[in-house]
Amino acid sequence: MDQELKVHSDVICTFCGCLCDDIEVEVVDNRISKVKKACMIGRNKLMHAQSNNPDITIAGKPTSLDAAINEAVNILTNARFPLVYGLSSTTTEAQREMVEIAEILNATIDNPSSYCHGPGLMARQQVGLSSCTLGEVKNRADLVIFWGCNPLESHVRHLTRYSVSAKGMFHPEGRKSRKIVSIDIRPTPTTKSSDWFIQVTPGNTFEIATLLRALVANNPIGKGDDALIAGVAVSKWRELAEMIRGCKYGVIFFGLGVTQCRGRDINVEQLAVLVSEINNHTRFYAMAMRGHGNVAGGNQVMTWQTGFPLAVNFSRGYPRYNPGEFSVIGLLARKEVDAALIVATDPGAHLPADTGDHLKNIPVIYLEPHNNPTTEWATVVIPVAQAGVAASGTYYRMDNVPLRVKKIVDSDHLSDEEVLKRIKERITHAQNY
Amino acid sequence: MLRIINGKVYDPVNRIHGEIRDICIRDQKIVEGPLPPETEIIDAKGCVVMPGGVEIHSHVAGAKVNNGRMLCPEDSADHFRAHTEILRSGCNGVVPTTFLTGYEYARLGYTTLFEAAVPPLKARHAHEELRDTPILDTGCYTVMGNNYLVMKALNEPDEISRREKLMGVVAWLLESTRGYAVKIVNPGGVENWKWNRGLVDLDTPVPPFDVTPRMIMTGLARTAYELKLPHPIHLHTNHLGEPGNMAYTLETMKALSGSRAHFTHLQFHSYDKSKRGGFASGAVAIAEYFNNHPEFTCDAGLIVFGPTMTMTADAPMEFSLHQMKGGKWSNLDIEMETGSGVVPIKYQPDSLVNAVQWCLGLELMLLINDPWRVFLSTDHPNAGPFTSYPLLIKLLMDRDFRMSWYEMLHPKVKEYTCLHDLTREYSLEEIAIVTRSGPARALGLKNRGHLGAGAYADVAIYPFFDDKQKMFSSASYLIKDGRVVVRDGAIKESFSGRALGLELPVKGELAGDLKEYFEQYSTVAFSNYRVEEEYTPRPELIRCG
Ligand SMILES: [Zn+2]
Repeated sequence: MDQELKVHSDVICTFCGCLCDDIEVEVVDNRISKVKKACMIGRNKLMHAQSNNPDITIAGKPTSLDAAINEAVNILTNARFPLVYGLSSTTTEAQREMVEIAEILNATIDNPSSYCHGPGLMARQQVGLSSCTLGEVKNRADLVIFWGCNPLESHVRHLTRYSVSAKGMFHPEGRKSRKIVSIDIRPTPTTKSSDWFIQVTPGNTFEIATLLRALVANNPIGKGDDALIAGVAVSKWRELAEMIRGCKYGVIFFGLGVTQCRGRDINVEQLAVLVSEINNHTRFYAMAMRGHGNVAGGNQVMTWQTGFPLAVNFSRGYPRYNPGEFSVIGLLARKEVDAALIVATDPGAHLPADTGDHLKNIPVIYLEPHNNPTTEWATVVIPVAQAGVAASGTYYRMDNVPLRVKKIVDSDHLSDEEVLKRIKERITHAQNY
Repeated sequence: MLRIINGKVYDPVNRIHGEIRDICIRDQKIVEGPLPPETEIIDAKGCVVMPGGVEIHSHVAGAKVNNGRMLCPEDSADHFRAHTEILRSGCNGVVPTTFLTGYEYARLGYTTLFEAAVPPLKARHAHEELRDTPILDTGCYTVMGNNYLVMKALNEPDEISRREKLMGVVAWLLESTRGYAVKIVNPGGVENWKWNRGLVDLDTPVPPFDVTPRMIMTGLARTAYELKLPHPIHLHTNHLGEPGNMAYTLETMKALSGSRAHFTHLQFHSYDKSKRGGFASGAVAIAEYFNNHPEFTCDAGLIVFGPTMTMTADAPMEFSLHQMKGGKWSNLDIEMETGSGVVPIKYQPDSLVNAVQWCLGLELMLLINDPWRVFLSTDHPNAGPFTSYPLLIKLLMDRDFRMSWYEMLHPKVKEYTCLHDLTREYSLEEIAIVTRSGPARALGLKNRGHLGAGAYADVAIYPFFDDKQKMFSSASYLIKDGRVVVRDGAIKESFSGRALGLELPVKGELAGDLKEYFEQYSTVAFSNYRVEEEYTPRPELIRCG
């Protein structure tokens, strides 16, 4: 029998916030057989995208899609305080359905950014943020600072495609014409490949940003050059401040080391103010190193539909926003929710064990392409066609550039969007009778 | 089918000036009639019947708009709507969420809406939000005034090849973004700012291609003409918001005289300079020039007192506003295309600058003679939220009311404005022109903005009150595509409108060197750049020419 080979080019890898869109994928008889240009993680994800699919189950027993959807609707419409959660690794088309379901149920909706980059979003609500797209970094940036992040391991191709060795319009030599600085609490592959690694003591992000603000503005700081801030001499920080003022187009990429260290949102707030003030001297920007493929899209959809990027509650019929009160971790820790619809995230692996445990005591409906820790205990498991592999739709890159991920193979399963639409229609029907 | 009877009809295109007429609707269109006797009847006795409103310039969807929502959750504290069986919930009184935007425009009697500034790289985002903006037909303008491919094409020394390349780029950008018009925002000025350089004048060469704002504006105006676009260049000129910018605006108008152009939010570009360098109204000079140039149209950008938010692709302007005011500032530079910024603002009657701005916008609308060339806008939400249109209509129609507001302004405002001397009051007919028929004509929308046979059955019915603010604050009925969306002031039905796009006379193709350039320096693959048809599920393509 002849095998049919199809080569897809410019495929978008949906694994991380980089959304590399130059991947080449070979498909033989509807199976992905070869992946070119992707990083190791991306290639692995694509190569294994079609295997290890869960069965449709209710309480661990195989069932039909129809029965699973009915059970899901049953659970959600009988819940008093349902949670809709996830959104990070699926299309905005599916995310829009999730928000609508949350609204119809008067439920609470949250996404994983509430314990990742959520503090950065809250900081933006306080002071705003000066940012740019990744192409500006590639074409213009002559100073790149990685702060509390390690893209060489988490966003592997970020450095070659966008931030470090990319050959840009005004940096035809790539790496040579850029200064790369890392600020972190321990050496990582990223800090090792930087021109300058500033190793700092943990928990001092706010102090560092405050000091840099003063130094950039040439304000007196009341400390000698030998004094240590975050374990580093003021003279060194002064050097960094000079470098910042002297660059033409500088960018700070910040990771969970900034958003999740002591101070959280006020760290990012201070960092954002620093970046804003540097613009009195030169052009300067900051960008969050968003992790999961479309976590940025989840924030966008929630914002245009509800007004807020995360932690939204509909119990009064209109969106109310209160991180903490309506954030997934708090809700689960306080055991407030009594049912959950979870899509496109793996709480079994990502949430702290003790908080995640509450999910095991309540009915959980779980949409997911692959077997993982959550499929083992979720009440209703509905396998779905994976976005960017067997389903198309919109993803937002870490710089909020929207791209359309493609369907390159057929799947036996429906997409998140399609399953969610069916759930939504039956909930509406159930509510009307 | 539907028959609207007993209403006073204002249909300026068809020269119906407030006469009692029947309007007959079959399917989605207005027809001559008669209709069968069993046809549903809407009795519009005591009401005024107009075509559905056409919004020519508003910021309602896309990256910077959502940035604005994200920036100010506090604007939702006292402004929210619960969902119903028909309607989605929403919030934010300054930059409403998408569903709420559609509902609020519908309640004001609008049926067509254009998002005013979409950077090509973010076009999918704008279309995603427009898909979630119900009831109205929508379209968007594609930002080109600082685009590298545009500037590179303009840098071509040979005249013929320059024109050909530019036409290819513009058509390609419009096609790729599913845009409706060429938008120019601070041409060259945004790129110059990214190089940390100062403001640009008409003939400042801008890196990296050394083209000038004059070349960008005249080049794009000519290309829009050659492509026979239904709407000409939609221009936000350089120097927005600076005292004395009137002189620059007049120079720009001179540079473009003879070719069609739409000057947007003209209020922000018409400042004279007082002796001390402060703000004064330049409305008289601008209106005089404008009145003599029938090739130009404009929208006013009227100020509304209260909190709102500025958002524009004019990143340097937002940055200087932030430097002046402090507080929140969001900025987003977009590779090879543009920038954008967001800064919350509050306009106050006791601020002399704001008072001058407030008078100036109204002066422009009162001094420009031809209502077919000046349109009602607040550059939503820049000068104020669109939900203030009823108030602004009353200010235009009622001089006593206008003067009662004038009395509350900063006392020195009289020295710098002429509003006090203007006695003109808009008629209902003129209101119909500046809010629907005029914008529809300027946009080249032949089936909108009037109630003649063949037009879309987009009809707004307002209850007649002497208080025009009350009259226009909530349509009694809104009919969209022949469906009764608003009945007795409440929304009864919600559905998706059409996406307005273009049927271009040529295929949008990039010249070889431009394509190569794009592939080398964009971070998005050429094949992934173009917005797919899935983003405009109900397209309506308007033919160019
Ligand atoms: Zn505008």
